[in-house]
Amino acid sequence: MAALVRSLLSGAVLSGTPLLYATLAELISERAGVVNLGLEGVMLVGAVSGFIAAFHTGSASVAIVVAALAGGVFNMVFAYLVLARRANQLATGLALMFCGVGLSALMGVRYVGSQITGLPEHDPLVYGAVPLAGLIWWVLRSTRWGLTVRAVGENPVAAFAAGRDPHVLQYQALFVAGLLGGIAGAHLSLGVARTWSEWMTAGRGFIAVALVIFARWHPLRAVGGALLFGGAISLQLSMQARGVPISPFILDMLPYLLSLAVLAVGRGAHRHAAPGSLGRVFQGTP
Amino acid sequence: MSRSLVAILSTIAVIAVAATGEPADPKLKVGVVHLGSVNDGGYNQAHADGIAVMKKNLPEVEVIQVENVAEGADAERVMENMIRQGARLIFAASFGYLEPALRVAQKYPDVKFVHPGGYKRLPNVTTYWASTPEAFYLMGMAAGKTTKTNKIGYVVALPISFFLANVNAFELGARAVNPKVETRVVFTGTFLDRGKEATAANALLDQGVDVLGVIVDSPITVVQVAEKRNAYAVGFHSLAAQKFAPKGWITGVAFTWGNLYTRFARQVMEGTFKSENILGSLKDDFLTLAPFGPAVPADAVGVVNTRKDEFAAGKAHPFQGPLRDNKGVERVKAGEAFPLTDLAKMDWLVEGVIGQPR
Repeated sequence: MAALVRSLLSGAVLSGTPLLYATLAELISERAGVVNLGLEGVMLVGAVSGFIAAFHTGSASVAIVVAALAGGVFNMVFAYLVLARRANQLATGLALMFCGVGLSALMGVRYVGSQITGLPEHDPLVYGAVPLAGLIWWVLRSTRWGLTVRAVGENPVAAFAAGRDPHVLQYQALFVAGLLGGIAGAHLSLGVARTWSEWMTAGRGFIAVALVIFARWHPLRAVGGALLFGGAISLQLSMQARGVPISPFILDMLPYLLSLAVLAVGRGAHRHAAPGSLGRVFQGTP
Repeated sequence: MSRSLVAILSTIAVIAVAATGEPADPKLKVGVVHLGSVNDGGYNQAHADGIAVMKKNLPEVEVIQVENVAEGADAERVMENMIRQGARLIFAASFGYLEPALRVAQKYPDVKFVHPGGYKRLPNVTTYWASTPEAFYLMGMAAGKTTKTNKIGYVVALPISFFLANVNAFELGARAVNPKVETRVVFTGTFLDRGKEATAANALLDQGVDVLGVIVDSPITVVQVAEKRNAYAVGFHSLAAQKFAPKGWITGVAFTWGNLYTRFARQVMEGTFKSENILGSLKDDFLTLAPFGPAVPADAVGVVNTRKDEFAAGKAHPFQGPLRDNKGVERVKAGEAFPLTDLAKMDWLVEGVIGQPR
């Protein structure tokens, strides 16, 4: 029994860690009022950049830094388009996603099948994930920068009236989101799969967008959401490995069924937690 | 001196005659369409390695290769583009390219097409595949001799009949040398999710398996998880996987298409190409067993090689009855064998395999 619990928990952490970084990335972006459907692409650019850095330097820490910066810079393309050019966030996000898929495949074409050392046994990204969620919670709740980012997400006109430039704060938030998205990708390529292959995120960027809603835009609930979802993946694979007589097709739906069940039970008394100006573009004041 | 000069001159003359006798450019251009990357250590690399062997055998052949081509309209466009560049033989190297290849083949009846695993043909389309169960049976024998826990795990993309047949053959081979072996199967439901493959591999190792096998596009992730956790690994698709498990490597089966691809190119150049459905196996050298790793006991090698010769001679069959499935239903009667040409109908897992076939 203890062995089973340990197996499930380690599986939940392995599957859940990249999801948690990605969810936190999307959460910061959305708390600043910007929906980023391009997270999948950001993760892929991070995953391939980290892999290339690990291949050439052999250093996991260099690889993580490179992946984070690559994600951050790539997300600035999105930020420029939706903030400066005022492009539609959803359409731009999807375009960024496809761009990231293509760019990462192009960057990684020589590295498919390459061998790297990857992250160490005691994976710093795993240990860092939950404290990071706590840190983000604290930053958004108690620091001047965090409160201003939230103010921009709720009502950019009011933030502007209070002397803040909403676009500057949104650029900052989106850069931080890009860093975290890049780390999410790096954990996948360096820690979990230890290989690079095209579109290896396999939809995790979109699951993260859903997990933000699931967590009702709260960083600590995001920890629960990512671990629950990762745990459900681990549980279904582990049930197969134990020979539980249920069709693998039904077991494959388990993470999604579980998420639906939690959403159904969790609704009701809670107030709607979405940032007030989510998805809108601050046009400046007359 | 003068004699060799004469020889050279006469050779040139012969070539000149041949060249004038045949107005078409004797050099052949071939187009190769890949679903993924040619260095994936897996399915795509096996095709690309085959093309490389063909190119070495026939240096006069020019090759256009395109990677990462989606199945469907993209594949059609790429093939037509290759034909416009002068390709007269197209390797449509993924199962899902069958319909696109057939459509393009209808449009260009003078261009020849070859397709792996196809079940439909045209006068200018040949299909070919290598029957894998015998090789999986032999891998199972080697793994059955190597395992210490008598538990083997398989990470498989989807429960489709050809994959079930491979797992069944593997378990039967393992049991032939070690009756206590059980094989646990986990289906990930996808070909491209490396994260899920790693989680599945770990879940199997947590159940006490000490050998991991894999049927997805690229075996790299699962083989690495096995090595990292001091378990053994068997590979699939390409021989390149071995470097990821220097300690725990048992063996693997790889597609070695080189000689067949050389044959196709030669047929097109000589004008002898005809539409065929080719099914080969170990004895036709469409498949090769990878060299055994250091973990395999010495007596296993002899047993495996003996059975390999018996397969080649037709004296043994991987699905020799009587066989029951893992729910106790009799599937193959005593004295009969499940025909290797009927693998598409194998929708059950054999006794000793723990898993759900659907």
